[in-house]
Amino acid sequence: MSLDPVRVLDVDPLLDDPKTRIVVCCGAGGVGKTTTAAALGLRAAERGRKVVVLTIDPARRLAQSMGIDALDNTPRRVKGVDDSADGELHAMMLDMKRTFDEIVEAHADPERAAAILGNPFYQSLSAGFAGTQEYMAMEKLGQLRARDEWDLIVVDTPPSRSALDFLDAPKRLGSFLDGRLIRLLTAPAKLGGRAGMKFLNVGMSMMTGTLGKLLGGQLLKDVQTFVAAMDTTFGGFRTRADATYKLLQAPGTAFLVVAAPERDALREAAYFVERLAAEHMPLAGLVLNRVHDSGAAQLSAERALAAAENLTEARIVDQEAGKAGLRNSPDTDDSSESPASAVPEAPAPDAGSPAADRIDAEGAGTARTVEQLTAGLLRLHAERMRLLFREQRTRDRFTSLHPEVAVAEVAALPGDVHDLAGLRDIGDRLAAGS
Amino acid sequence: MSRLQVVSGKGGTGKTTVAAALALALATEGKRTLLVEVEGRQGIAQLFETEALPYEERKIAVAPGGGEVFALAIDPELALLDYLQMFYKLGGAGRALKKLGAIDFATTIAPGLRDVLLTGKACEAVRRKDKTGRFVYDYVVMDAPPTGRITRFLNVNDEVAGLAKMGPIHNQAQAVMRVLKSRETAVHLVALLEEMPVQETVDGASELRAAKLPVGRIIVNMVRPTILDEADLALTREAPRTAIAKSLSAAGLGGARRGGVAERLVEPLLTQADEYAERYALEREQRAVLQELGLPLHELPLLAEGLDLAGLYELATELRRQGIS
Repeated sequence: MSLDPVRVLDVDPLLDDPKTRIVVCCGAGGVGKTTTAAALGLRAAERGRKVVVLTIDPARRLAQSMGIDALDNTPRRVKGVDDSADGELHAMMLDMKRTFDEIVEAHADPERAAAILGNPFYQSLSAGFAGTQEYMAMEKLGQLRARDEWDLIVVDTPPSRSALDFLDAPKRLGSFLDGRLIRLLTAPAKLGGRAGMKFLNVGMSMMTGTLGKLLGGQLLKDVQTFVAAMDTTFGGFRTRADATYKLLQAPGTAFLVVAAPERDALREAAYFVERLAAEHMPLAGLVLNRVHDSGAAQLSAERALAAAENLTEARIVDQEAGKAGLRNSPDTDDSSESPASAVPEAPAPDAGSPAADRIDAEGAGTARTVEQLTAGLLRLHAERMRLLFREQRTRDRFTSLHPEVAVAEVAALPGDVHDLAGLRDIGDRLAAGS
Repeated sequence: MSRLQVVSGKGGTGKTTVAAALALALATEGKRTLLVEVEGRQGIAQLFETEALPYEERKIAVAPGGGEVFALAIDPELALLDYLQMFYKLGGAGRALKKLGAIDFATTIAPGLRDVLLTGKACEAVRRKDKTGRFVYDYVVMDAPPTGRITRFLNVNDEVAGLAKMGPIHNQAQAVMRVLKSRETAVHLVALLEEMPVQETVDGASELRAAKLPVGRIIVNMVRPTILDEADLALTREAPRTAIAKSLSAAGLGGARRGGVAERLVEPLLTQADEYAERYALEREQRAVLQELGLPLHELPLLAEGLDLAGLYELATELRRQGIS
């Protein structure tokens, strides 16, 4: 019983289309965004495109397997990719501080750059501003696009508090650094001379006074020198932020919202879908990771549980009839929650049966009959079916709110992905889910 | 028992849920707890199925035995205005500053400053006493930033030291650090039995220890029930398919002969058992990694019907049963 989406997202045509130049994977944290981005990149490369994947925070072993665990902030060619279709895969892990430093170094003469890099205020901003990572991810995307060395850039987005941060951060940092306050801080003399700015000037001196009191005068001076240096160097953060925005709205860009079939993740996905529409950013579809399936979906949870019950009861009846010779343990199957069944189980109703006691002593209580195993398999199946049902309900709620969004489902893997083979498998599942 | 309980964890591990369950657990038997949110996500309001929380301490739940849980969503801007008001009596002038973007400036540009305001507010609640000299809150539980940022967030002193070498912010940071590094505080980390969250938990714990911040407990969330144990799994490898088919048939699920309804269930059911076995082994591996940290380890069950308010109380009861409060 696979979930049947209203509209299906076919990833292969999207990846193969030479007009697709940027794929942005976004969504809540912990839904497999990084893995999806890497799997899409690998699939596109093995289908013949020259791809670069920009990841933000990959699992250590995955990064190692792709050869990008060394943080040098430049794309590296990934080895072990099938290049029979003439594709290439390059990958890099974002180093936000380094990216920021590089912007400074590229736009300022060495002396000024050194002054900025050494400013404590810059150090705080570059390492920890609430949106620096988001901003730098977009900055790096812009740089990679400008180099024009790749047919396709697949970008992962930072694990933000909320998925929306990633759209807001560039504007926030841009408007902050271009803001009125910064202007006031950097050019009080100029403003003071202009008519109508008297009030602001009064506000200014009161404010710098207060800030000075609050933060200590040194900090304010650091801010002023920093902002002055940045201002003349950068030619406006807002301009850069605007350019990034345009790039994201451009026809060659496709957004994929990544989610898992869980309430919170899909709620976040729904916000994101609405937000992208409001910003006129092109949404290609939803990738729903970790969707469960069953080869025995014809057997419902209720019937499976009833059958498991039958097996348990049948055994009790058997034992009462003196046919317990084949059984190893007198316990009932209800104890399956405890892995420690080496400890004698709580007496079952029929625990007095001598035959059962005898065999239990021999098997140290850990042996299992086929009936017990079968009952366990049925209970496991019941759990799976309930999970399936829950996932379907959650997904249906999303698709009924957003029937226009195409969905690709990725069947759940039992373990983690940490090599190219695993990524390839995810890619296959992604394509198969459409 | 520390009075400031900080809950962190990788995104997606359910740290807000655990923080809320902990606040409920600690409030049991007539205690009063304050649950604090610092990231402006309104996760607490969603969890308790109430409207968005204002910047105001508000009762959101009662615990068994007459306890009360209050909640507060700390807004850094309002906290700064609060702070200015408290120390400088800047009523209207504060609003003027806001208009100019000065507040935005002070709270967003330098994360260290913002964090001092957030942790400062929580520490203030920890120390607050009523007229009779009794603590207003028995416990303060903070739904803190994720593991990747928690050390920087709590280590405000270092963050601010480079920026404000003296002045009120500097003093405030010093006062906050005294509380955070004392026995009054415990930082708990929420994990899942998966590779990434476990790795982040291990890294987070060692960063906290290096910064001399008190690491409390590891809480493994969303632990799935054990349905098949080692013995069952061993038998799945040995048991004849025909015997399982017969057993299914005996349970009333159709014919056991080749191609029969019961017989066709065997392979899919065994495939599910294999997947279960793989996950079971991985979980055991990850649990062992967490155990090596040598910290008290607690496990909370995955709630079969998803998380709702009733589930939250269930988790709180479970935390109490495991002796966390």
